[in-house]
Amino acid sequence: MKQDLRRLTRAAGTRLHHFHGGLRLRHHKQQSCRLPVARPPLPSRLTVPLQQHAGETVAACVQPGQRVLKGDLIGDGECQRGVNVHAPTSGHVEAVSQHLLGHPSGLAGPCVVIRPDGADQWRARQPLDDWQSLAGSELVQAICQAGIVGLGGAVFPTHRKMHHGQAARIHTLILNGAECEPFISCDEMLMREQPRKILAGARVLQHAIGAERTVIAIEDQMGAVREALEAAIAEPGAAAIDLVCVPAIYPEGGERQLIQVLTGQEVPSGGYPSDIGLLCQNVATAAAVADAILEDRPLLERYVTVTGSGVREPRNVLALVGTPIADLIEFCGGYAPDAARLVIGGPMMGYSLDSDAHPVVKATNCVLVLCHDEIASPQPEMPCIRCGECARVCPAQLLPQQLHWQIRNGLWEDAGASGLRDCIECGCCDFVCPSHIPLAQWFRHGKGELRARRRQQLAADHARERYLTREARLARQQAERAERMAQKKRALRDDAARQRKVAAAIGRAARKRSADSEPEPGP
Amino acid sequence: MNRQLATGAAPHIPPSVTVAGTMRQVLYALVPGIFAATWYFGPGVLVQILLASVFALAFEWLMLKLRKRDLRLFLTDGSALVTGVLFALCVPPLAPWWISLVAMLFAVVFAKHLYGGLGHNIFNPAMVGYAVVLISFPQEMTQWLLPRPLAPGAPGLLETLGIILGGAAPAGWDAISGATPLDSLKTGIDSGRIVPEIRLAAVFGDFGGLGWEWIANWYALGGLYLLYRRIISWHVPAAVVGSVVLLSLPAWLLDPGSNPAPLQHVFSGALVLGAFFIATDPVSGCASNRGRLWFGAGVGLITLAIRRWGGYPDGVAFAVLLMNMAAPLIDRYTRPRIYGQ
Ligand code: SF4
Ligand code: SF4
Repeated sequence: MKQDLRRLTRAAGTRLHHFHGGLRLRHHKQQSCRLPVARPPLPSRLTVPLQQHAGETVAACVQPGQRVLKGDLIGDGECQRGVNVHAPTSGHVEAVSQHLLGHPSGLAGPCVVIRPDGADQWRARQPLDDWQSLAGSELVQAICQAGIVGLGGAVFPTHRKMHHGQAARIHTLILNGAECEPFISCDEMLMREQPRKILAGARVLQHAIGAERTVIAIEDQMGAVREALEAAIAEPGAAAIDLVCVPAIYPEGGERQLIQVLTGQEVPSGGYPSDIGLLCQNVATAAAVADAILEDRPLLERYVTVTGSGVREPRNVLALVGTPIADLIEFCGGYAPDAARLVIGGPMMGYSLDSDAHPVVKATNCVLVLCHDEIASPQPEMPCIRCGECARVCPAQLLPQQLHWQIRNGLWEDAGASGLRDCIECGCCDFVCPSHIPLAQWFRHGKGELRARRRQQLAADHARERYLTREARLARQQAERAERMAQKKRALRDDAARQRKVAAAIGRAARKRSADSEPEPGP
Repeated sequence: MNRQLATGAAPHIPPSVTVAGTMRQVLYALVPGIFAATWYFGPGVLVQILLASVFALAFEWLMLKLRKRDLRLFLTDGSALVTGVLFALCVPPLAPWWISLVAMLFAVVFAKHLYGGLGHNIFNPAMVGYAVVLISFPQEMTQWLLPRPLAPGAPGLLETLGIILGGAAPAGWDAISGATPLDSLKTGIDSGRIVPEIRLAAVFGDFGGLGWEWIANWYALGGLYLLYRRIISWHVPAAVVGSVVLLSLPAWLLDPGSNPAPLQHVFSGALVLGAFFIATDPVSGCASNRGRLWFGAGVGLITLAIRRWGGYPDGVAFAVLLMNMAAPLIDRYTRPRIYGQ
């Protein structure tokens, strides 16, 4: 069946399909696209977290007091589990210490604090100009060195995705430029301003995974992007890349939804796009790959949209990783008087922070400041009236009202069977619920719980297995011991018998001898 | 310049719909039908609506109080009001006041709050109330006024109030009351007359009952408004009306003498009201669109069966209640296929 799917997905982008549900949201993107992208002044301190990807924390490889150059490795991910972290500018390492990470969990994590020296001096760079003659694995290695993660928000290590891809024989590379969350426009601005870089990155990626073709998907409302990309594609020497405009329906930019729109096929539940011959990368990731390979610039800055009615001058900025969010907001004119909520990401899936002291990380695509009247809920939560709206809009084709009920009642098995793991946490159900039930929040909580239970289950299984093996081993040892004892006993018995025999023989001989030499005492 | 801000869970833009808003839309959508009903059957319609609404809200208040729920939140959600109004539109315009009282007692206290309140009721409260009084007080529940064109001496407002509240029998009752069209059809067919002959009676209109068909039209208009506002989906109304037409068509084609025409079925009794406003009640209906098609088809089928073979001239209320029972089962078998599975 997978083979069939692989064949069917070859036509990606030639005809558009639908995905279930979704929402047409007001996109609010113009406000941050009016001003060109700008680079805020160098902050006085950069706090660079050592874990900025989905995976394990990496170890710092610099000491406090040490001078670093721009692009120097400061956190070594060893490419296996973690992702490399580089110095965003030149300066001195002030400390390697624990800081609160701008993360909904509210946890602290190790960070390298750098005091920039203002020189912004690069380390020696060696671009791979001959990348076309390199093997895919070498390019993946270089991408890994540059610390690149998926910049669409999921921050999955790009080299790991490509490893998967190489093993799975990808035929089509899909570049995702369908930035469907309202307010966010960083990819849009990137595509407008750097179309050539994205195409170059696409070529590198396509070559590295051995795909046959590349499709770039953008939303049909991005007129300027379309012109820019078309012009770049039409340039002589540019590779043949298909540009596809997809209708702007949230959450179209979700990998699975985009694939469904482009191919009409679904990524198998629990599987990856590579299972059906596709690799999906964000356009910003492609640009980062181009930087890494063609200029040897590791990932140390990114486009960030700073927007919302709570910011005075919404715009996109090119921010160094580690810049405090407060600096970005100040650069954009500061807060409006009634700013009420700071959101990282979009309004549908982003998370809110209690403080703007947190640093920009590789995942930070948008800093959204909302005003009071935008977030105030008009009514408190009511019981579910089973209107079915949530199911109508759910792109994963789940029954959110039922899932919610199962989670609330602790029916974890049932919730798992009802597809809780397939929920993409898009928040569509939440948005249309007339009873204002925080469905998405319940599902995030539920998925976490399922994962924890899974881990526990695995641990319990392991423990049981260990226990059973130990029992078996003990039993075996005991049996062996018993066997040995028995053998010994047998041997002893045999020994004893032999000794008795010997003794008897000796006795007999002695008696015989004595009988021979000594006369029997007379009566 | 660090700033502390309050946090909250995604999505950060709040939903624009509310339960109260939904219920309000339903009430708006009923307005044309209410006007039409008042035009044909007099001010009694409005008095019944008022009575049922007051009783419904009073019982709602009482139960919320007893169950220690947020009074303001739930009293203003409009669900009790919708129950009252829908019920009132099903009772004879001159029914005595205590009919509403008993019906709302069963609707709000038993069918709704004893099952857990808003969102937890298995049965449609308005229809529970209606079924209880229909079974208990068949006499009061089947005395319908004749529509205005046939009853020139219909009571005015004061007289109506006197009849409903005081129980005074109206003057010349026989001249202004009579069987509903569905009633005449049933007794006519049962006594062996043929449909075209029965339909010669004055209570019949062009395709349904005189007056009734126009009220049904205005209900349908309100229903279309709800569809347009996406308060309801098309599946239930389409399935109810569609199944009634499809199922009654062959019988009528084969034997038009003893079977009413499909349009007669659609435009009599509470069918249109039921299709757009009653069977679409989300709480007691099916959740998925496929399930709603089955649900609606079931309502249509059972309504026809009761009209044909049952002991009551109309069967919409019983059909809805029976399908309410089947809804969880239908939901089970009409689960959508999860993405990627
Ligand atoms: S949208 Fe809300 S009220 Fe409607 S069925 Fe879903 S959870 Fe229930
Ligand atoms: S958050 Fe989950 S359940 Fe809700 S609409 Fe999105 S995928 Fe469906």
